[in-house]
Amino acid sequence: MSAVNLPSNYLPILVFFFIALAFGVVTILMGYLVRPKRPYLEKLHAYESGILPDTDARMQFPFRYYLIAMLFVLFDIEMVFLYPWAVSFNKLGLFGLIEMVLFLLILFVGYFYAWRKGALEWD
Amino acid sequence: MDPILPDIQLIAILPEIILALLACGLFVAESFIQREKKEQLGYYAIGALALTLLSTIPLWGKEISTFSGMVVLDSYALFFKTALILISAIIILMSFEYVKIERINLGEYYGVILFATVGMMLMPSANDLLSFYLSLELMSMSLYVLVAFMRKDPKSVESGIKYFLTGVLASGIILYGIAFLYGTSGTTNLGEISVFIKTQEIGSSPSLIMAFILMITGFGFKIAAVPFHMWAPDVYEGAPTPVTAFLSSGSKVAAFSVMLRVFINSFDLNSGSWWQILWIIAVMTMTLGNLVALTQTKLKRMLAYSSIAHAGYLLMGLIAASQIGYAGIMIYLVGYAFMTLGAFTVIVLLCRKNHRGDQISDLAGVARTNPFVGLTFILFALSLIGIPPTAGFVGKLFLFNAAIQGGFYWLAIIGVLNSTVSLYYYFRVVRVMYMDEPAEDLALSFSPGMKIALGFTAGMTLLLGLYPEPIIRAAIDSVKIFL
Repeated sequence: MSAVNLPSNYLPILVFFFIALAFGVVTILMGYLVRPKRPYLEKLHAYESGILPDTDARMQFPFRYYLIAMLFVLFDIEMVFLYPWAVSFNKLGLFGLIEMVLFLLILFVGYFYAWRKGALEWD
Repeated sequence: MDPILPDIQLIAILPEIILALLACGLFVAESFIQREKKEQLGYYAIGALALTLLSTIPLWGKEISTFSGMVVLDSYALFFKTALILISAIIILMSFEYVKIERINLGEYYGVILFATVGMMLMPSANDLLSFYLSLELMSMSLYVLVAFMRKDPKSVESGIKYFLTGVLASGIILYGIAFLYGTSGTTNLGEISVFIKTQEIGSSPSLIMAFILMITGFGFKIAAVPFHMWAPDVYEGAPTPVTAFLSSGSKVAAFSVMLRVFINSFDLNSGSWWQILWIIAVMTMTLGNLVALTQTKLKRMLAYSSIAHAGYLLMGLIAASQIGYAGIMIYLVGYAFMTLGAFTVIVLLCRKNHRGDQISDLAGVARTNPFVGLTFILFALSLIGIPPTAGFVGKLFLFNAAIQGGFYWLAIIGVLNSTVSLYYYFRVVRVMYMDEPAEDLALSFSPGMKIALGFTAGMTLLLGLYPEPIIRAAIDSVKIFL
């Protein structure tokens, strides 16, 4: 057990917080002060990868996006877990392999369920 | 450097592993079974619970601490695990007919109940703030889904949202308390926190007080203690009735089981003035619960307030902070679970096509047409009040005894007075069942599952009242870990 955790132990985090805050504020402020201001219509359009926007961004969109987004987040997290496991695979050995197979198996049950229920079909 | 692989003894969570895998299997099977045959998944769930119960048998008497001390298996944990498996099985038994009538006969219903049970079973085993939080969340997430399961019924959805929002708030507050506790002691392991607090003599440091207040607030939400109870009546009313029964029995049993471990280990309840806060909460909880229950006309709302009142009685054991008090909580929790499940079973019986049957007046004359149902309800009412020879009496005897031995005379007096008040509203229901004229189309939705559920809960309520020795011995043995 460690000694009492004094608030001063967390001082670096506070310093880091202010540096991070200053980074954002200073960047925006500097740009605002330095850049030339010559606005025209094309420049003021919302940026959509170079394509001209044809509708307002605030519109109704199909609920299915929500399901897809949920599944995406789920498997995104899976990848996050897979990377450190893959990097240290040699050291973890058989134990790590079995654990990861079990983890993936449980995830695939969910994937299989979503598939069978038609969550991946668009129409 | 080789990573240090933790020494994991999987046998410590064998029942949970079995149940979780079988629940996964249920979801796979669910997608292959037609709508009319979803009932089979209910039998599958019963089988899964039976298998889980069997798998606890070789674990009795063992003491295992594994996953780096995050999970422990002792007789205390096993006591609650057994009770929770039985509760879950009764919930599924009483659901068969109900889900068909309410058109929610989907396989997921049983699957989510099983996942909630896994979370509940892990809770009494949690010996670390993180494993406790994780299992609490597994239970809560599953219950949010279950409460809103009648998704075409606005009431159910409303109660689902209410339960979700208050539940998430409570979880957040508990997490904040965990952060304070970790910040003070530098560890999340309950045993190490207890050692730290006792050796460093920081019993009244501001951060520890903050942690205590946040934790008691969060737990107050989960066990529906006044003044954190306001979600309970609405949620209990709107949720599908078996799920309401699950909320008032299973989630309360699990929350109390983990609360005992966290509070007794982390906060030295015997010293200091923690009991003052708990005393006020306990008195408010039982008094308000009982008084408001008097005026209810809806059965589920009445039982919601009654369940709030029972949380107040249970807190008495925590205030007494003695072996008999902790044992009293365990005995009363099990007894309370069976009697409240029985009372809800009677409400589920009233639910038939095109008739929700959740008013007290819907019970009019039920005892005349179905004498057995009337008798069992009297038994549950007696037990909920705390009159022998029922489980409720044994539990209350222990709790009041603990309060008196601890010197909390006023608490015991208020508790007894409250029990007297509760007599009125429970027997008002009995009066309606026996004295009022039965409605013309009174046909209870009996099914084999309902008969087993009603018979089992009534039998257990009576058995624990007539022959309480085994459970008393088990409870007193189990709480030795706290002393």
